[in-house]
Formats: sequence, structure tokens, C-alpha cells
Amino acid sequence: MSKRRLSGWGLQLFFVGPVLLFFTVIMVIPFFLGMYYSLTDWNGVAGTVNWVGLANFKTIFTNDPDFWSSFWFTTRFTLVGIVLTNVVGFFLAYFLTKALKLRNILRTIFFMPNVIGGLLLGFIWQFIFIKGFSTMYDVTGWSFFGLPWLGDSVTGFWGITIVFIWQTAGYLMVVYISSLTNVPTEIMEAAEIDGANRWQMLRSIIVPLIMPAVTICLFLAISWAFKMFDLNLSLTKGGPFKSTESVAMNVYAEAFQNNRYGLGTAKAMLFFVIVAIITIVQVALTKKKEVEA
Amino acid sequence: MQKRYSGRLFATEIIMVIVALLFLSPFYFLLVNSVKTFGEIMSNSASWPTAFQWSNFTKAWELTRFPQAFTNSLVITVISVVILALLSAMGAYRMVRANTLFNRLLFFLFIAAMVIPFQSIMIPLMRIVNELGVNNSKLGLIITYLGLGAPMSLFLFHGFVKSIPLEIEEAATVDGCTSIGVFFRMVLPMLRPMIMTVVVLNCLWIWNDYLLPSLILQRPHMRTIPLATFSFFGEYTKQWDIALPALVLGITPIIAFFLMLQRYIVEGIAAGSVKG
Repeated sequence: MSKRRLSGWGLQLFFVGPVLLFFTVIMVIPFFLGMYYSLTDWNGVAGTVNWVGLANFKTIFTNDPDFWSSFWFTTRFTLVGIVLTNVVGFFLAYFLTKALKLRNILRTIFFMPNVIGGLLLGFIWQFIFIKGFSTMYDVTGWSFFGLPWLGDSVTGFWGITIVFIWQTAGYLMVVYISSLTNVPTEIMEAAEIDGANRWQMLRSIIVPLIMPAVTICLFLAISWAFKMFDLNLSLTKGGPFKSTESVAMNVYAEAFQNNRYGLGTAKAMLFFVIVAIITIVQVALTKKKEVEA
Repeated sequence: MQKRYSGRLFATEIIMVIVALLFLSPFYFLLVNSVKTFGEIMSNSASWPTAFQWSNFTKAWELTRFPQAFTNSLVITVISVVILALLSAMGAYRMVRANTLFNRLLFFLFIAAMVIPFQSIMIPLMRIVNELGVNNSKLGLIITYLGLGAPMSLFLFHGFVKSIPLEIEEAATVDGCTSIGVFFRMVLPMLRPMIMTVVVLNCLWIWNDYLLPSLILQRPHMRTIPLATFSFFGEYTKQWDIALPALVLGITPIIAFFLMLQRYIVEGIAAGSVKG
């Protein structure tokens, strides 16, 4: 018996040990260390860490308009971004599950932007917004192309939104496709015989049946949009005048540019709490709407 | 529900092709302008190039030190992804097969950690990387990816191991296979579909990651492709005749990877999301 126990622990150590070690060192310890640093005035230089209690949080809540403006930008962006990217992703999937001849090529095209990292996508689009759009304006004369893209806070917001949709809609499309192909055809046929039109079928049959995919896609879109960093960095650098600065960028700047690590970790902890609450509430809400076929 | 190819489907097809062309248009602008002179980019960015300036690419290749950046990205991605897949498969296997309270709590801890945004831990993480003395090294970056990627990878394997019947392993044990042997000889090959998923998802993430390498790798010769591109843009702002070929070079490897392994990538994402 004791010999078997020992070998049990040996196996546990062999199989679980390595992954647990990396996880602990890289995620668990920094997380708890972060809780501690958020209550200090640490400036990033080891040795000078003073306990300041909740002072950092007081600063954030009373005297940090930049953080709240980045928070407001991120919230607006997340709301608009998740709706549009899910609508586009869903409709791409909806049409690309029909018996189109070019179905596979089209799916590949829509997914392609997603394999390129946000940083490079941002640079590509910087060129499109600056040069491509101005050429299109010369050719077509449409005022849409003549707007000061990335040049002011409103067009900057929509510019990032356009790129975000372009990047993520294809990924959500893949998830929606895999869910749509699992909708039983008998139910669809039965509804058709009962005289349901396309809109009724979509609203009353397809959408309720693919709610698990909606849960996942909303979850993905929220976490991408809320944690956005690369895209802003390369597209607008958060400008003009920090109007497109995301929370993730604000946290980064506080720590690594202003060298206020204590305040930065406090913001990071607040960020974590907000992300956790939003995702848990969203998953709980949409899970409720899931039905069995 | 096999239907005739109707007029309605044809109309849908046409509309989708137009939407797809719209989706592709940024790539068109990128490609045609990467082989134009600066003057021609400025005068008309939509036209086909009058003469192909391949020298743009030679310049971008040298200025970004592309071979070096490519090698760095490749080494970091491949090593991280392989070890990550192996270690999380092992961990998940044990957690499913030895269903103790400890393992259930551990699994819950891994899942809970998936909610933590990277920005929330990055500041103390840099301190730890410094303390371990692995800052400014590929090793440090790889170790960090192993930790950050563990929750998601482990979660995916966990769900998959559950669906593997125990009988095969019992039979192997009866035949005299050791517990470790059972895993490597029997279970690991059966995990192949999920290994593909985990590898693909982690490849896309690690290859494209900018923030973490920018924090850990400070020296120019260690730069990965996103880092090289970023510092390049800082230096050559608006010099589109070298910036655009640099971008083309930057996206080519991952696009090639995608087109080659398309089926696995799409299946992997579908499989991964159902679990997520």
C-alpha cells in the first residue's frame, strides 16, 4: 500500500509537476505579488517599496481623468465592437453554410486577416487610412473617404472599429459555421413546411439553437475588445490626445513610461476585477438562453 | 437537404464575392504599393505599378534584418508550442485519470486563471523574470509562454482526455506497460486531434505576440517579427516604399503557414471554441 502511494505521488509529480511549476511562477505568484504592489508606491526599482494602503486606488478614483477616459473609450469600443463583429461574423457564417460554389475559398478569405497579428494589421491599415482612402476619395469623390481618418477622436474610434471587425469577424464566422452545421435539418424542414419565412426561421429556430456559439463568440469578442493593445498601438498610438487610448495601454504607460509601478499594478488589479465581472455576468446571462434541440 | 443551385443562391454567391473582394482590398493596396517608387505611391496608391521596384524588398529585407527576426520568431514559437503541448497534455491526463480532490481544485485554479488579463500580471511578472535572471533571453520568453499558455491548453486537453475510453489503457497495463509508458505509447497518439488544435492556437498567439517580447527582449538582435516591424516603423515613419515591403515580409510566413495548414487551423478553432 505505502509503495503504491509513493508511486502515485511520483506520477503526480511527473505528470502535473512541470506544468504546475510554470503556471505558478508565471501566473500565480505575479498575481498575488500584484495585489501586494498595488498597495505600495513601488517605482520599479527594487528595494524601495513603501506600503501606502489604498492610496493608489484613491488616486485612480479621484484624480486620474486619463484612466477614466481610457476606460470610457474601451467600454464604448467594446460595446460597438462586439455587436458589429458578431453580426458580421454571424451573417458571413449564415451565407457561407449555404451551398455556394465558392464557399471554401470565401471562408478562407474572410478568415485570413485573423492569422496576422494586431500590430501588423494596424500598420497595414495606417497606410490604407492615410493613402488608400485619400486615393479613393480622389477617384470616387465620396466624402466617406475624405474624412480625417485617425486624425480626430471620432474617426479614430471608427477607424479602430473597422479594423477590429475586419480582423475578428472571420474567427467568429468559423465558430458560428461549426454551430450552424449542427442545427438539425429536420427542424428546419419542418418549419419550412409550416410556412415559416426566412426571418422567422432565423429568429425563432436558428438563433436559439446556436446560443452556445453566441455565448462563446460574445465571450471572445468581449475579451479581445476589452484587452485591446496591439491594434491601438500601431494604428493610432492611442491618439490624437489619448482619445483612442485603451485601458491596457493606460496600464502599460503608467508602469513602463511613468515608472509608477505601484499605481500601474493598482490599475491592473482594477482592470482584472472589471474584466472578470463582465465576462462572468455575460456567460451567466447568455447561458440561460441556451436551449436543447 | 440537397437543393438545386437556384437563382437566389447565385445572387448570394455574387454578393459574397463582392464582400470578399472588399475584405481583400487592404491586401491589394499593400501588395501593389510595396513594389512602387515613393513618388508613385504618393501620386496614385490604387493603380497597378508602372514598373516593379523589387529593390524595395531588398532594402526592407536588410533594414529589418529579416532573416534574423524570422529565425528568432521561429525558434521561440516552435520550442514554446511543442513543450506547452506536451506538458499540458501530461498535466491534463493525470488530472482526469487521478480524480482526487487536489487535482479537482488544481483544475479549477487553472480555469479561473483564464479570466486574468495579461496586463494584470505583467508588471510583477517582469520583476520575477528579472529575479530569475532570464530577462533579455529567449529562454525567459519561452518559460513565460509556458506559464501563460498552460490554462487554455490544459483545459482543451482535459475535455478531450475525458472522452478517451479507459479500457485501452487498462489492457496496456495488463500487458505490462508502465503508467508512463501507457501515456506516451497509447494516450499521446490518441490525443493527436487535440494536439493539433493546441499547437495551432498557440502558434498563432505566440508568433503574433508583441507586448510580452517587447518587455522581455530588449536587444535588437533578439527581435521577433512583430518587434522588428515595430521598431522599424519608429525609424522609417511614412517611408512607405520600404515600410510596405517590410509589412509584406512580416505577414508572408504566417499567411503561408495558414494556407498550408488551413484545414487544421479552422478545425482547431472550431474544436477549441466549443470547449471554451
